[in-house]
Amino acid sequence: MSLDKEIKKLQSQVSANQMSRRTFMTSAMALGVGALAPGLYSEAAKAAPKKGGLYRVGLPAANTGDNFDTGTNSDNFMITVAQGAVRNCITEVTADGQAIPELAESLEPSADAATWVVKVRQGVTFHSGKTLDADDVIASIEHHRGEATDSAAKSVAESMGKIKKDGKNSIIFELESGNADFPFLLSDYHITIGPVGSDGKIDWHAGDGTGPYSLKNFEPGVRADLVRHPSYFKPDEGNFDEVKAIAINDVAARMNAMTTGQVDAIARCDLKTAHLLDSKPGISVLQIAGTKHYTYPMDVRLAPFDNNDVRLALKLGIDRDAFVNAVLRGYGALGNDHPIGTSQNYHASDLPQRKYDPEKAKWHLKQAGLSSLDVEMSASDAAFDGAVDATQLYAEALKAANINLTVKRASADGYWSNTWMKVPWSASYWSGRPTADWMFTIGWAAGGNWTETFWDNARFEELLVAGRAELDEAKRGDIYREMQSICRDQGGSVIPCFVNNVDAASDKLGRPDKLAGNFEMDGCRSIARWWFI
Amino acid sequence: MKNILIDIVLQRLVIGIFILFGVSILITLGVEALAGDVCSAILGQAAEPATVAACQAKLGLNDPMHVRYGNWLVNAIQGDFGTSLANNREVSEQIGKRLGNTLYLALTTAMFAVPIGILLGVIAALYRNSAIDHIISTTTLTTISSPEFFLAYILMAIFAVKLGWLPAISNVSPSMGFLERLQASALPVATLALITVAHMMRMTRASIVSLLASPYIEMAKLKGLTPGRIIIKHALPNAWSPIIQVVVLNLAYMVVGVVVIEVVFVYPGLGALIVDAVLNRDLPVIQATAMVFAAAYVLLFILADMLSMLANPRLRHRR
Repeated sequence: MSLDKEIKKLQSQVSANQMSRRTFMTSAMALGVGALAPGLYSEAAKAAPKKGGLYRVGLPAANTGDNFDTGTNSDNFMITVAQGAVRNCITEVTADGQAIPELAESLEPSADAATWVVKVRQGVTFHSGKTLDADDVIASIEHHRGEATDSAAKSVAESMGKIKKDGKNSIIFELESGNADFPFLLSDYHITIGPVGSDGKIDWHAGDGTGPYSLKNFEPGVRADLVRHPSYFKPDEGNFDEVKAIAINDVAARMNAMTTGQVDAIARCDLKTAHLLDSKPGISVLQIAGTKHYTYPMDVRLAPFDNNDVRLALKLGIDRDAFVNAVLRGYGALGNDHPIGTSQNYHASDLPQRKYDPEKAKWHLKQAGLSSLDVEMSASDAAFDGAVDATQLYAEALKAANINLTVKRASADGYWSNTWMKVPWSASYWSGRPTADWMFTIGWAAGGNWTETFWDNARFEELLVAGRAELDEAKRGDIYREMQSICRDQGGSVIPCFVNNVDAASDKLGRPDKLAGNFEMDGCRSIARWWFI
Repeated sequence: MKNILIDIVLQRLVIGIFILFGVSILITLGVEALAGDVCSAILGQAAEPATVAACQAKLGLNDPMHVRYGNWLVNAIQGDFGTSLANNREVSEQIGKRLGNTLYLALTTAMFAVPIGILLGVIAALYRNSAIDHIISTTTLTTISSPEFFLAYILMAIFAVKLGWLPAISNVSPSMGFLERLQASALPVATLALITVAHMMRMTRASIVSLLASPYIEMAKLKGLTPGRIIIKHALPNAWSPIIQVVVLNLAYMVVGVVVIEVVFVYPGLGALIVDAVLNRDLPVIQATAMVFAAAYVLLFILADMLSMLANPRLRHRR
């Protein structure tokens, strides 16, 4: 790697908040440019957003069926274009994992966190010229509720309780029970805000919004051309004049487009070749710890998974280090059988990390009255990239614990409807949620539609309700620590790893000091937040 | 003779319509046999029974299969292919753009590949068993035996990554000028040409060589004609029929068989559309795309038969 490149690398680490001034100086010293170091450091730390340019970004997971009804959006391309550029939500998640008002001016809870008053931001205009008010917000949320909705955000929207308009720019949410994380629910990428029509509904397909960019041309599954919304309400966002979001679903094509400079940034790098891309001059691979995790959920209602000793034996029988190295190529962190990642608030870092221990696994089998165990798992690459191979790796590691795992390859087509949560044990993933409460509620609470292990733990349920309404940070921390510990030691899911978001960007792009980790590419908001240097 | 030709074309067209009808039934049955429907496909992991049911009701998926097929058929006969279940857009509008791109790719490729394939075939036949013949045969057989994505990546590695002459992805758009578009689609065209040239070259060579043992060629030789003249004036006219068949087969392949190339080069064609539509179980889009593909086959083969008959009078007479 050239000297120039080394310095750029260090600078980008400073920009991404991954390196302190001291480390930067020492590293610069080692490169023999110590004398220049202070200047180089501030150059990296101080870059301010500049307006202008055409931003071309290569995005995965586009489909010809894509549309601007965000209730049906589920993956990178549409989350980036709809939530991240054309529209806004009522709140947004920052790089520090906080939910701050976006289309709201303020969100005020009652003492029990069960009633929330949301003031709608004034002076915000849609691309069509309409001014945003409470009716738009209410209609946008109602779209995801009720009998007739086909929105993926139905459960989130229905948890928002009674919604009452209180004047032109104020809305009162009356929740069924207190929820201190309510502002996060309003940041859900499905629940973007559109302009209400005369029929009280929103014409989603028109693609109107309040976001930093308006839609100039949209070919589903091919590209979206965007132009800056001149009266956008955030002065430091929407820095590019124009944006071309190009759908590149094939990962090799995406890497090639980045290599040859046809795009300025790509989301979701090929982990096998990311290090090669990183060594190219002018390109940096960005790695941010995320909330996404891979899981092996067992149906705890069925034998042998109804026995916690069996579950513990299976949890001890996976070689997590090998998993992160082989499946994620090192771009990830060890999982500890609970769904809260290292980068998240309330992550219980003091819980001992579970390690591969076949002897202890055998001991647990013995406790369960077994000397050996035959189990079957269904896996498909629909669950996560390389899931079938990863599961084979797991099966090898389990042999030392006298556990014979047969890996059944399931069809990727229809995996989520026919295999996941239908067979006793399968491979799965969670993109994660910004808060502990949300993640526990959606994936772990008893009786939930997506409680993939069909688990029902009384203490966990009790803590879940207590934690949700708790406004005291320290007490909440204790509650969530105990819940993570219960998941880890009694839960039905093997969680070997958390996955980093791995994207790539040209060094010509300026980025905020710290990138958000809630989705790839700065929370799928690179279009709004980045700029050309 | 004219009448016989028209008769045959009409007859083929009628058969073609029945073929399209049959294809549409097969497609409906096929999609029905696939796991899940458009609602569970779109909602994926997030599907819950209530939202799936609401979605099915909204899209009218609760009707029995034959009712939905009947509705589709009635509309399709009137030229209305409906709207996409996944994004509510007009199917014809979606297909129109993609079909243009696909035809552009096919025609550009054909412009290069057909003359080159036939020319190489004639040269290989002319100098058969010589070094030139071996070189041509080996090269074309190598390109045809390689998987198309492999060829595509090799070309991409050389011309886009190493030399930087051509773009790695062919994101063509309607606003592009002719030359810009040609450059943008150069790599997919080259890949497709490398694969199809071999077929046409082999067939040209084989059909000429098989004629060279005939008495009338021997006669021509005895007259003292040059080998080039013998092949072009005497052998080639009689070899046209099989050559036309293989050329048309390749043209059809250029239209319908380019799914992998479209994916590798991110080319917005029909192949990519049908793949997406199948993943989404978006029946109206699948139906319409399949109709286009099937119609392309039917029409191209009618064309092939017609051209063969024109080139070979013996085929025009019914025995």
